[in-house]
Amino acid sequence: MAPEAPDFDSIVRLEAVQKFFGAVQALRDIDLRIGRNEIVGLIGDNGAGKSTLIKVMTGVLAPTSGKIFVRDREIQPSEYSVRMAHDLSIETVYQDKSLAEKQPLWRNFFVGRQIANRFGFIDIKREKEVAQQILLDVIGFRGLGITVDSTVANLSGGERQGIAIGRAMHYNADLIVLDEPTAALGVAEVRKVIDFVRRIKQSGRACIYIEHNLAHVHEVADRLVVLDRGRIVSELVPKDMTVSELTEYLIDLQHKA
Amino acid sequence: MAERSSVSILQRVEALPIIVVFVLLLALFMYTAPEVFLAPFIYTTFLSTLPPLILLATGLTFVIGAGEIDLCFPAIISFSGFVFAVLFKEYDLGWIAVLAGLASGVLVGFVNGVIIAKIGIPSFMTTLATQFFWAGMATVLSGGKSYALRGAEDSSVWQWIVGRPFASVTGVPWLQEVSIQALWTATIVGFLWLILTRHRFGEHALFIGDSNDVSRVVGIDVDREKIKIFTLMGFLAACAAILLTLENKNFFGNQGQGYLLTAIASVLIGGTSIFGGRATVLGTLFGCFIIGMIEAGLVASGLTGAWVRTVQGLIFLIAIIFYMYANEPQRRLALFANLRSFRGFGSTRTSEEGGVRRVRRPET
Repeated sequence: MAPEAPDFDSIVRLEAVQKFFGAVQALRDIDLRIGRNEIVGLIGDNGAGKSTLIKVMTGVLAPTSGKIFVRDREIQPSEYSVRMAHDLSIETVYQDKSLAEKQPLWRNFFVGRQIANRFGFIDIKREKEVAQQILLDVIGFRGLGITVDSTVANLSGGERQGIAIGRAMHYNADLIVLDEPTAALGVAEVRKVIDFVRRIKQSGRACIYIEHNLAHVHEVADRLVVLDRGRIVSELVPKDMTVSELTEYLIDLQHKA
Repeated sequence: MAERSSVSILQRVEALPIIVVFVLLLALFMYTAPEVFLAPFIYTTFLSTLPPLILLATGLTFVIGAGEIDLCFPAIISFSGFVFAVLFKEYDLGWIAVLAGLASGVLVGFVNGVIIAKIGIPSFMTTLATQFFWAGMATVLSGGKSYALRGAEDSSVWQWIVGRPFASVTGVPWLQEVSIQALWTATIVGFLWLILTRHRFGEHALFIGDSNDVSRVVGIDVDREKIKIFTLMGFLAACAAILLTLENKNFFGNQGQGYLLTAIASVLIGGTSIFGGRATVLGTLFGCFIIGMIEAGLVASGLTGAWVRTVQGLIFLIAIIFYMYANEPQRRLALFANLRSFRGFGSTRTSEEGGVRRVRRPET
């Protein structure tokens, strides 16, 4: 599905995107470009519109107005959907909404795009084989007692993020959107997730990383996009500043309002 | 660590616990009422009386597995039964009456699904309301009359749907009583078992039952699948209505009553989770066998019919607790934690401490 020789500049580009929920404007004049092979951190206070922005970008929500380009090709917002985003190699890993708790891992890997015959019957044997491959080769879970038949409920928070990110990588996503992957995780678990994020970049993919913890996002992001009340207020390069400078900048932003 | 990799035998064989219970119960009744349970007639009777319950419970397995509930199907039994009976008897439409009966059930189920998925009213309330509506509709249209389908057994409809195929070809009395609806029911249930375990639709139903949010982000069209599930339930309820009306050769307005709780109980006894996300058609089938067998078994064993509900309730309760223990480790831990905190009665711990503990528990 991913093109062999990518002939595009940006994986996703938004132009003048607005999003209203009734009378409330969640996004104002968003212009954003995500290039190849970069990790973009999306930061901002609660209610700044981070989640709405990625939902628009990944086809969960339709924008009220504005243009969406995927690989430089304009997409009709009315046609855009999660399935279409999948087809266009955009995968999203939500904090706690990526995996169904009571279902085995192999079903979680393939749900929504099952390996099925034309009558819709699932090739369980094949799905389990491929799931096993993903588990060992893409995610690198060995000797943890996790099999394709394990249910998600038995995994730790970090392991779940690993599974969800591994699933996204398996589908050769050009862009992986991570929605607060380290929220509510312990220190060791956070390290695992950050390693997964690094691996996304090593494999030549782009990543949008929403994160509250500035230290985490500072550590891995190439570029930071700051949202405030639905507007992009600035873009920063974390290499040029320390975590505490970044923190002060964001606090100032709040006071200015 | 090793614990989570080993899938216990309970999980490896679908519906194993309930099959064991069924076999034990059957053995018990064979011991307490051998003259009934060691003779073939009771089983041929089950073949003609259980199919409506089994069809309803199989549909409900999908509904409950998807985290929803349907209270409307007894009304569909009345309404579709009426549509079928009136067209069959008054207008003599034969197979067209069957199709119309099925179509009416599909329509009611579809409307339920649309209200639940598109308007977003919880299924409990939606189907509570629509069951009043359709049951009322059946009463109004039928004028409260019942329709006796005398002579129905001569029609090809009766012969093919609830006939006794061996009645004229064999001299063995119990074989003559084998009814063909058991075959149709087995076919439908077998097909739906395949759908639930290895078709996209079944997988989607279980994911929806697990979490609507997760289902949406993995690309399942949650609304459409819910409408399909309730439409399927309507279709199966209409099938049950037609079987029931033909088997009894009679339609009456509240023929669906009595199926509501027994069908739900059969599903839950079978191991489908009331919280959604886990469902088993095979378990439901054996749940129906148990629910159906208890009545005959207790009466044949010399207890009065009044005991039936009591024992059904007891088995129901035990089953629910068992599944909670076996399938949902978090709930099990929470249960034990609750029990532990009550052990403090009479000890020196102040009620304040107990209160603090209880407040904190949701975080852990």
